[in-house]
Amino acid sequence: MSDPKLKVRIATCSLAGCFGCHMSVLDIDERLLGLLELIEFDRTPLTDIKHCGPCDVGIVEGGVCNAENVHVLKEFRKNCKVLVAIGACAITGGIPAMRNNIDLWDCFQEVYQYEGGLEGGQVPNDPELPLPFDKVHPINEVVKVDYFLPGCPPSGDAIWRFLTDLLNGREPKLDYEMLHYD
Amino acid sequence: MGTFMSKTITIDGQVVPFKEGQTIMDAAMAADVYIPHLCHNPEFTPHGSCKLCTVKVNGRNVASCTMPAVEGQQVLSDTLELNDERLSLTQMLFVEGNHICPSCEKSGNCQLQAVAYYLGMMSPHYNHFYPQREVDASHPDVLLDRNRCIYCELCVRASRDVDGKNVFGLSGRGIGSTLVVNSASGLLGDTNLAATDKAMQVCPTGALLKKRQGFTVPIGQRIFDHHTIKDVQLGDKHE
Repeated sequence: MSDPKLKVRIATCSLAGCFGCHMSVLDIDERLLGLLELIEFDRTPLTDIKHCGPCDVGIVEGGVCNAENVHVLKEFRKNCKVLVAIGACAITGGIPAMRNNIDLWDCFQEVYQYEGGLEGGQVPNDPELPLPFDKVHPINEVVKVDYFLPGCPPSGDAIWRFLTDLLNGREPKLDYEMLHYD
Repeated sequence: MGTFMSKTITIDGQVVPFKEGQTIMDAAMAADVYIPHLCHNPEFTPHGSCKLCTVKVNGRNVASCTMPAVEGQQVLSDTLELNDERLSLTQMLFVEGNHICPSCEKSGNCQLQAVAYYLGMMSPHYNHFYPQREVDASHPDVLLDRNRCIYCELCVRASRDVDGKNVFGLSGRGIGSTLVVNSASGLLGDTNLAATDKAMQVCPTGALLKKRQGFTVPIGQRIFDHHTIKDVQLGDKHE
């Protein structure tokens, strides 16, 4: 299975997430070596590829909190045969969605103006910065999502089970103890 | 058994005895048959609001916590159709409130979460409402976080029927419902609620929490970390 043509091509990204789900992928530990016989990476934080190309599986961590998130997410959906939402943020908005009931400008003022130890006290306003949304949304409110893998983060074992089920053509199914929302 | 327990219903084909006056839920729990539920607690008068315990009796959907058991009823409960409907109801409960499990002290001990695990909920599916709900931290020993309230009325029933204090009530209708507090200011700190009250022991979610108790039980040792809500609720007939 080391023929690159036969490998399953996977892209991953973190939108409004903390990269905790990506860290949890590393908890697959030495099984990663076996996994790398079966897969190859397209855009991921590991490869530094900037744009997602045609892939078999796209794995998206984090919710959608700004315009750039939407562009990345739509690029993933367009290029990936199977799109997976991983972690609480991608599935429910998660911790970032706790700002959904606070006025966005109040949030900015709290972070950039009222917080102690800040120089200048200016809210960043560079045109290169992506436009923030007033609310954080789960990714399935923007694109169609094929599979959900909950957890904050899902354990390495849950990710391993999910991926091996998927790679072996089985409908992914978690054991009771692998399914959690925290 | 004698004549006292001679009457029976069937649940998913299993013969279940009942006593006169018992509901289908009462009979099921006594026979160790689990029917998912959230607003029901056998210590209190049934409320029949969450509809998770809906079963099919002789072809009609009824709430098993309020429906009296009647001789010869053929009850269907653990079916694909009913469990799919229970899953949808649970998903609606998740999206109509603000249930952010990673930030909640009740996580791992939460019945809403546990029912969702039991039903295999992989996502809340529906668009989130992210409603504006008030948090009341005015009480020295109790936190009321309405973001997590599912309007089961268990605290209302416990405070009224057991504590004799009438601290809580539901106000408004439908999506405009809120859990209100019975004091002139509307604040929990101005009531005679005590952290030891029955009302503090019955919340299925993290809406009513004792202060300074958060995260005292480590992950892996919480109620539903290794045991399904079915096992827990049949094991000791309720926490």
